[in-house]
Amino acid sequence: MTPRPHQPDEALEALETKLLLEGIFGRYGYDFRDYASSSVRRRIRAAVELEDLSSISALHARILHEPDCMERFLRAVSVHVTSMFRDPGFYIAFRRHVVPLLGTYPFIRVWIAGCSTGEEVYSLAILLQEEGLNDRCRIYATDLSDIVLNHAAEGIFPLPKMKEFTSNYQQAGGQGDFSAYYTAKYDNAVMRASLKKNLVFSQHNLVSDSGFNEFHVILCRNVMIYFNKDLQKRVLQTIHDSLVTLGVVGLGQRESLRYSPLETCYEEIDPSARLYRRVQ
Amino acid sequence: MSAGRILAIGTSMGGFRALREVLSAFPETFPLPIAVVQHRRDDEHGRLVELMQPHTPLTVREPVDKDEMTPGRVYLAPTGYHLLVEPGWLSLSTEAPVCHARPSIDVLFESAAISYGPGVIAVVLTGASVDGAAGAARVAAGGGTVVVQDPADAERPEMPEAARSAVPGCQLRPLQALGPYLAGLASTEVVNT
Repeated sequence: MTPRPHQPDEALEALETKLLLEGIFGRYGYDFRDYASSSVRRRIRAAVELEDLSSISALHARILHEPDCMERFLRAVSVHVTSMFRDPGFYIAFRRHVVPLLGTYPFIRVWIAGCSTGEEVYSLAILLQEEGLNDRCRIYATDLSDIVLNHAAEGIFPLPKMKEFTSNYQQAGGQGDFSAYYTAKYDNAVMRASLKKNLVFSQHNLVSDSGFNEFHVILCRNVMIYFNKDLQKRVLQTIHDSLVTLGVVGLGQRESLRYSPLETCYEEIDPSARLYRRVQ
Repeated sequence: MSAGRILAIGTSMGGFRALREVLSAFPETFPLPIAVVQHRRDDEHGRLVELMQPHTPLTVREPVDKDEMTPGRVYLAPTGYHLLVEPGWLSLSTEAPVCHARPSIDVLFESAAISYGPGVIAVVLTGASVDGAAGAARVAAGGGTVVVQDPADAERPEMPEAARSAVPGCQLRPLQALGPYLAGLASTEVVNT
């Protein structure tokens, strides 16, 4: 077989990818080996370009020798481009079906797994505040990457985004004036301190860490879409083990428990909103 | 690495009519799974499926993440997500838009090239964008087949033009001929090289 040096060779890239992911796991303990392969290949390709390198092998060498490069890679893998109140129907269903349930608990623990830059965290904090549940509620927001977590904890978003967020908020059944939830500062919107007081941000790796508490609500939306089926099963088990009986799991709009053996342990609260209640 | 064959179609402005024309020409026995990206507004959940279904004998679906692909089924990228193909199944992503689009045709094509290599038939239809061109080049480099709607015949020529420039060896066909041509291509056994 003749190598074709000027064309991307998919088989060679597949091999380099495998070696890179093994290298990252061996050196840093982050396990991307069971991520969905074509999406992880995209991220890697983007990282190669970002680092101004010409091959995955070159990225591999840099990542092994430079922890800063690993940080940048982690960040690239962890950033999902989302918005506040994405899928407004989800929040409407949450208000309608989950809030009444939560009202029956003296103290409520919520886990937002894979919170990325925090849009969903603040959306939920706003909703819970409007429903009068904020004071007996703690939201644990976790992500793989410290960099995106710091961003989320700061609660600062680009001001031009607020137009879209406001529109989503209104469609999601928002009851107030969205601009009351942030202060404009130059080109940024800084989320109000009252929203932050019950938030806890911490680093957690869904792939390799076990659960760390028992929760009444776990949101893991558009996170497992990056995993292959085996990994998704393992992570769903972690989520299941971290949820009280009758606790609620929220998935992304185009995700489902269909491919999990745990499906029978849940009933759908609202099929269109992907909200499920653990019944056993 | 490659898991068989797949038909991947990308289109933008004017895409509904073009897609309808192509899908209505396919027989019920169309032998490959079909993944489609049509650029559209974020709030049009599910509507395109309803509009398209009456025009084709094939079942049209907006997939859920990790759905397995079945031959002869049309998987239409949901709004707000990239659609990627893995060997035998589909995955979704909320990565940043590519060419201002999510779903992006480039992302679909690139994932098809990664997962199916020479087994990809990638089709670029009408559109006023450059999305799909880079992905088509990737498909061609992986030994796949690139088919482009003749720009002269397209409601918007920009996207087919961009794809043709990126893949000079692509197959150009007018819209009316595309459906039968693709059905023929799909039924032909590929010779493994």
